[in-house]
Amino acid sequence: MIEPGNDDAITPGTEGTLAVREEPIANPGLPAHQWRPTDVDDRAAKRAERQIAAMFVLSMICAVLFVVAYLTLEIGDNFDTFIGLGASTVALGLALGFALLFIGIGIIQWARKLMGDHEIMEMRHPAASSAEDRKETLAALALGAEESGIARRPLVRNTLLGSLGFLGLPLVILLRDLGPSNAEVADAEAGTGLQHTIWKKGMRLVRDVIGTPIKASELEIGDLVNAAPEALFPTEENGYPEIEGVALNVQKAKGAIILVKMEPDEIKSAKGRENWTVDGLICYSKICTHVGCPISLYERTTHHVLCPCHQSTFDLADSARVIFGPAHRSLPQLPLAVDAEGYLIAQSDFDEPVGASYWEREKQ
Amino acid sequence: MSLDTSKVATSNGATAATASKPSKIGGVAGWADDRLGLATVMRKNLRKVFPDHWSFMLGEIALWSFVVLLLTGVFLSLWFNPSMGEVHYEGSYDNLRGIPMSEAMASTLNISFDVRGGLLMRQMHHWAAMIFIASMMVHLLRVAFTGAYRKPRELNWVIGCLLLLLGTLEGFTGYSLPDDLLSGTGVRAADGFLKATPVVGSYMSFFLFGGEFPGEAIIPRLYIIHVLLIPGLLLGLIAAHMLLLVYHKHTQWPGPGRTEQNVVGFPMLPVYAAKAGGYFFIVFGVTAIMGGLLSINPVWKFGPYDPTKVTAGSQPDWYMGWPDGLLRIMPGWESVIFGYTISWNVMIPILIVPPLMLVVLMLLPFVEAWITGDKRDHHLLQRPRNAPTRTAVLVSLMTFYGLAWAAGGNDIIAITFDSDINNITYFMRVMVFLGPAMAFFITRRWCISLQRHDNDTLLHGYETGVIMRSPDGGYTERHLPISDANAYTLTARDRDEIYSTDGATDANGVVAPGSRVQAIRAKLSKASFGHNVQKPTAEELAEAHAHAAHPPALEAGLDHPADGHQFDGHSDKTADEVPLRGGH
Repeated sequence: MIEPGNDDAITPGTEGTLAVREEPIANPGLPAHQWRPTDVDDRAAKRAERQIAAMFVLSMICAVLFVVAYLTLEIGDNFDTFIGLGASTVALGLALGFALLFIGIGIIQWARKLMGDHEIMEMRHPAASSAEDRKETLAALALGAEESGIARRPLVRNTLLGSLGFLGLPLVILLRDLGPSNAEVADAEAGTGLQHTIWKKGMRLVRDVIGTPIKASELEIGDLVNAAPEALFPTEENGYPEIEGVALNVQKAKGAIILVKMEPDEIKSAKGRENWTVDGLICYSKICTHVGCPISLYERTTHHVLCPCHQSTFDLADSARVIFGPAHRSLPQLPLAVDAEGYLIAQSDFDEPVGASYWEREKQ
Repeated sequence: MSLDTSKVATSNGATAATASKPSKIGGVAGWADDRLGLATVMRKNLRKVFPDHWSFMLGEIALWSFVVLLLTGVFLSLWFNPSMGEVHYEGSYDNLRGIPMSEAMASTLNISFDVRGGLLMRQMHHWAAMIFIASMMVHLLRVAFTGAYRKPRELNWVIGCLLLLLGTLEGFTGYSLPDDLLSGTGVRAADGFLKATPVVGSYMSFFLFGGEFPGEAIIPRLYIIHVLLIPGLLLGLIAAHMLLLVYHKHTQWPGPGRTEQNVVGFPMLPVYAAKAGGYFFIVFGVTAIMGGLLSINPVWKFGPYDPTKVTAGSQPDWYMGWPDGLLRIMPGWESVIFGYTISWNVMIPILIVPPLMLVVLMLLPFVEAWITGDKRDHHLLQRPRNAPTRTAVLVSLMTFYGLAWAAGGNDIIAITFDSDINNITYFMRVMVFLGPAMAFFITRRWCISLQRHDNDTLLHGYETGVIMRSPDGGYTERHLPISDANAYTLTARDRDEIYSTDGATDANGVVAPGSRVQAIRAKLSKASFGHNVQKPTAEELAEAHAHAAHPPALEAGLDHPADGHQFDGHSDKTADEVPLRGGH
């Protein structure tokens, strides 16, 4: 063996050549080995040894510093005391980082300066097995197939393949209860399912954070209010049933609306929606019809509202028609009315599903 | 009477006595080998050769950052609570105290503010994820640009592409876990993508979320995918990737002494083990310093997820940016056929193009091998310039990626450069088609020019910078031949063979079966390789060197000033006679 621990190694110069790539200039062969200063100068080698050991010692110091920082620096709400991050995070990161870096630098310096640097040459083998191996393997496979009788007994083979295929059924059906289907949860009364929301005839519009109802007279021209259905803020006074957890989040995700006020003559009401506005007040779903982000950026002079996720832009004066961006459908409009006390209420639920499109959307 | 036995040999004279200095390593190794029998395998491979080049370290960064991800991830999982149960946050962070949020978000805040080193580990985990994916991408480009994906490494290329896909999914599931406003917005968009799937869209959405969005199932489900399913697949594929690397042996650059049949480099033990092992500590250390100094994903600034809220500038992590960009520039096409809704505006940029791009990527080595018809093993790397069409295809794909990615930041670009977002979007709609085509053309011509330059260097030598003035005032630069080693390295490549279908018809003019496909292949081969510049032949080299050795007397018999070609014998030839000069 030329090289211990390497069966494929050969002496440089004895390798074969590949005619194609060797022209027009012959392969001059591996260049002569260059000695490093540390190979020939004992003092240079000692110096390198000291450098490397120093790296490892520095690493130890950093590891100790890490423990010191862990025990002494406080954490908690003072997370931005130092370059926007807590002193603890910065100190721990630097100490750990340098403890690791010094080990890495030391080892690589060791490899470069002191470890043997003779290049070795080894031969490649074709990735393929030898022709003999292939032949024998194929013969063994054929023998195995023959002894099993898989070719001679198609009934056994085919029923086995069939049974393995049928095993897919339990595997797939087991996933069925990951969740109910839309059809199973859809209920207009409860506002569940993709095609319904919690909005109902006569439900008041309330401000989305504090839950106070909105009077038609409160808003000035140019205002935009983020609003929600009153049922999400149940009190004894309004009499809506308690709602919390998942049900609350589902209804929040579908029921969010934006309410804007503009000059009544600026509104181009679509056919059949002439009485959906109240004195220049017009209300749309806040959920983008593209992939369902809440839209938010309103430009009062143009009545345009922009979705910050993918920049679909809707004209609120013109039935929230898409005027730019990847969305296709207008924002669903909520028909408005005013109750006896002057508060804004919905005339009904939305007349179409809010949010992103889906396959059977038009069928419901 | 007592005998002094201390000097009696323990040997019978034929076998060795106890070793004077028993080796500890030998003892342990012997114990292990008695049980595992590893010596046979290790004898052959302990000093396996690894060639050296800086670009071979890119994949190593990916490997080590994955190890960092495993280590920091285990730490985070000790405190993270993947639950959407609602709690009121009562931890150290003032601004959110008392606010209702999911346990996932609350435990993320707990890790950030009340576990010492927790924020460091969170930030290291996130940075390591970015380094993991970025280094996989750069490693992929290195492999593709140098032709390292050619036979026998095509399958390892496919595994690598799958690793990139899984890494991306792992990143998405990971940054969705804290249930903060930003990641929740991303999850809601993902819900929109699922719903856009034809036929089963709403079912997929309801099954994934356990009912209507947002439900309370998504975080625990993403968690188990993130900590078990995908890491398991990643580990298995990484193991396969490494095993194939060892089996095929590493590629190497051509050079003196380096051929298709050998590998030249340093032995694994000790040099490569030390360099690679040391490099792990460097990657880990750099990640720790980044985690300590560079803030990333400060979820406390975003707040808990609320389906009615969103912030301007919402964006996914950068590696998800290019499908998001396509989504942004896609026109709002949607059609209703037989009453069923088809959302082209979501399907094309998210459900069709990204998987298609992955397939294109995986097929690259197979398509190339089909066009060239080359069935040989390739272990020597190619310089990108020597495969102009491949390089141009890759730059073209990179340009598409880059433009789509930039489109994913169209709002940021509009704000930063105070420009109009609509115009940026219209511009991008055109450029995702035009840009790759332009990049293809420019790159290919550029590569071919570089090939010409290589041939000029081989034939006429390098430019010395020595300027000579002739008696009548003409200036020339002296060229000198390059070293043998450099000249060999420049010529250590194959000549391109252009496939042609000549002879595809038999004597009676009957077209051979399958020849229509072969005709396409011939056209592609001609288009791919027809313009390439081949290396000079031995005769051309000899002729050029002969002229250089006996320079014609300066200006003798010239009716014009010397132009620098007095040394190469080309001064009085036309461009047609000297095709390799590129017509100057």
